[in-house]
Amino acid sequence: MLTFVVRRVFQSALVLLIVGLVAFSMFRFVGDPIDNMLGQERTDADIARLRTELGLDQPFPVQYVKFLKGAAEGNFGVSYRQGRPVSTILVERAPATLELAAVSGFFAITIGIGLGVFTAIRRDGFMANMIMSVSLIGVSLPTFLIGILLIYLFAVELGWLPSFGRGDVVHIGWWSTGFLTASGLKALILPAITLGLYQMTLIMRLVRSEMLEVLRQDYIRFARARGLKERSVNFRHALKNTLVPVITVTGLQLGSIIAFAIITETVFQWPGVGLLFINAIQFVDIPVMAAYLMLISVMFVGINLIVDLLYFAIDPRLRVDQKGAK
Amino acid sequence: MTLLTIEDLSVHFPTRHKVFVAVNEADLTVEPGEIHGLVGESGAGKSTIGAAVMGLLDRPGHIAGGTVSFKGEAISGRDAEAMRSLRGAKISMIFQDPLTSLNPLLTVGQQLIETIQFHLKLSEGDSRKRAVELLDRVGIPLPEERIDMYPHQFSGGMRQRVVIALALCSEPDVIIADEPTTALDVSIQAQILELIKELARERQTGVILITHDMGVIADTTDKVTVMYQGAVVESGATEQVMGNPQHDYTKSLIAAVPRPTLKVHRFPQLSYGGRSIEFHIDDLARNWQKPEPSKSGTLLKVENLTKTFLQKGALIPSRRKYFKAVDNVSFDIRDGEVFGVVGESGSGKSTVARMIATLYETNGGKITFDETEVTALSSNRDLEGYRRQIQMIFQDPYSSLNPRMRVDEIIAEPVKHHKLLEGAAIQHRVDELLDRVGLGSEAGRKYPHEFSGGQRQRISIARALATQPRFLICDEPTSALDVSIQAQILNILKDLQEHLGLTMLFISHDLPVVRQMCDRVGVMRQGQMVEVAETEELFANPKEAYTRELLSLMPKLEGLSTEGLKDEII
Repeated sequence: MLTFVVRRVFQSALVLLIVGLVAFSMFRFVGDPIDNMLGQERTDADIARLRTELGLDQPFPVQYVKFLKGAAEGNFGVSYRQGRPVSTILVERAPATLELAAVSGFFAITIGIGLGVFTAIRRDGFMANMIMSVSLIGVSLPTFLIGILLIYLFAVELGWLPSFGRGDVVHIGWWSTGFLTASGLKALILPAITLGLYQMTLIMRLVRSEMLEVLRQDYIRFARARGLKERSVNFRHALKNTLVPVITVTGLQLGSIIAFAIITETVFQWPGVGLLFINAIQFVDIPVMAAYLMLISVMFVGINLIVDLLYFAIDPRLRVDQKGAK
Repeated sequence: MTLLTIEDLSVHFPTRHKVFVAVNEADLTVEPGEIHGLVGESGAGKSTIGAAVMGLLDRPGHIAGGTVSFKGEAISGRDAEAMRSLRGAKISMIFQDPLTSLNPLLTVGQQLIETIQFHLKLSEGDSRKRAVELLDRVGIPLPEERIDMYPHQFSGGMRQRVVIALALCSEPDVIIADEPTTALDVSIQAQILELIKELARERQTGVILITHDMGVIADTTDKVTVMYQGAVVESGATEQVMGNPQHDYTKSLIAAVPRPTLKVHRFPQLSYGGRSIEFHIDDLARNWQKPEPSKSGTLLKVENLTKTFLQKGALIPSRRKYFKAVDNVSFDIRDGEVFGVVGESGSGKSTVARMIATLYETNGGKITFDETEVTALSSNRDLEGYRRQIQMIFQDPYSSLNPRMRVDEIIAEPVKHHKLLEGAAIQHRVDELLDRVGLGSEAGRKYPHEFSGGQRQRISIARALATQPRFLICDEPTSALDVSIQAQILNILKDLQEHLGLTMLFISHDLPVVRQMCDRVGVMRQGQMVEVAETEELFANPKEAYTRELLSLMPKLEGLSTEGLKDEII
């Protein structure tokens, strides 16, 4: 198992290096930042000075190594637009996105697994069929449309929930949280549902089909034949076996919740890193874009590593170190 | 007092077009301490009876008529909750495949304790004590240690013992065993059947033993009920039904069973329900290009063949663990003979076949085919000529045919690959082959799923014959088939061998089948060839202790009727 973990860590590092290269290439190939930073009234001397200041006159590999060094220390340079260090901006923005992702991830997993199990057990029931039909809407409607519809219904027509922003936040150290105020919690509801709805339907459909597969297995028939209660058969025996493949997909989906937050954050003007990224693209603010790319890839790689380790926790067949019996 | 009475039981599966009658007015009784065999071919409805008694019929199946009574009280027609309280508590069930009957994510102990706590309302500690006792009772060594292990850490036979322990948790009065030994080796099968017999005798448990294996029925059961297409055709004391069958179906079934003690020329095809097939071997033989016989008389020579598999990977080469699947095996196959290889699962017999077919690379040793050293050929082009001459028939007729290809494409593929024929001649060869294996050329336009297991195996045979090979490798060609279909396929193979002068490597775990088919036999155990001898010599005078052990475990079937066989006995 240790071999496995070490190998996975190496693989993850390699992935990050490659993503780093892509992120860094943006500096070289996506326009010239000097153009944006200096106004119309620039002189050649200004340009040369700024070039040296930013280290853009050095050869490509040297710049890459410098970039990696900086990235490892959390230093992504200075935002072209705001003139402040990117790391500071990210720290300000990250809590908003992470809280939104956590709430919608929690919503997607709990409701998704719950409904998945329900629709699998009551396979031919009226409610199960209804849920399955409605879930098609969840998969097929684009996120921004769902967001706009929710805003129209709950913010404009009913007026129950705010249509944009995070509400009031409380600062705990550098972290700003919306969990502790009523307006913060209220502001979370609509964006969280918008962001999590697609993942929820996906998880639900996956759990359902896996569960139906597991319920056909011999050990489930055998558990029934021993007279065990339905609840025990469904949850103790079937659900755990269902989760093994579900975890893989769920892990990837959690990564994409953070990545896809861009759209939701734009619709709800949520002050997170997604919105930051969109604004950065509009202004060709490359340090911010590069940092965002690195941040997302670290998340993805980290989540996948955790998923792989979870396999060991759930499936004893993978723990090959234990002595086998003949 | 009669434990279980089944009267006029009918089970229906309504489908969109019509109602499928899975069981039609079946009767059966089980007394305490009695083992009642329920025998029939696949689709006969024997497992459906088991599921109906347990209230575990798959939807939309339901009991359409008749009653099931437990100790005189009707239990059929009770609601789901009432059936559940009866399941496990009074009637337990054992399933066929011990590899899939246990939850892989829970330890054996967790599964046992859960069931014991549920039924006997004992505390956690007492349940654990009882679980250890049960594991000990079913013959699992070191039960205190084994109880905390996961199912994958047990071998197949041990898992089936755990399954039996689970079925015994609630001290049931009746056990329904659905093909409990079909997935196991003969030696393990004998132990498990012995255990079931002991339990029936000591605890006065009534057992319904569902099987398709006449050997198991003859050696284990007190009474037997024979089913055909959902209906009971014959029932009575085992000795009487086996020795003097009355119904035509029972007679045909018994006649198709390969006997360990009698060698027959052909299996009689006592047709029942229009099962016999037309098979025109003579026409095929006329067009067959017979190769020159090999000069030395030996077609295939295998010397010191070895194959190792990586068992446990590691970064450091010295810490990797290897498993020797085939260990220094040598044998010769003479031109025109059928050479049998027998052994239990994991003995390496299939691995040998795959190396000969060049599906696996060897890790040492030499294979020589008609004076050419195959293991020395390196390029694919050199190997092509050899590959054309050897063809393989696999065990599972369901997974060995590509479901997306039409049958004529499947059979034409090797011809096209080896560029043996062109244009219309290909279709002509395909039609001829399909005709010859008794399917008819129109079968070529269908897809594999439209055929039964036996028909698919005949398609496999046609495919193997398409390149006009000299050497046929049959890897357990009939183990997935019913006994009457097995008889058909074995007859076809015998005819092919006789008329086309084919040489065959015939791999099987079934000793009676090997005795019917093979001229010489090699016995394999744990990757090594233990003994090679003429078939009759091996059965009469086994030299090695392991061969004797295998032979002693083989069901003797002496009580079986020989009606219909008499003309064929050699």
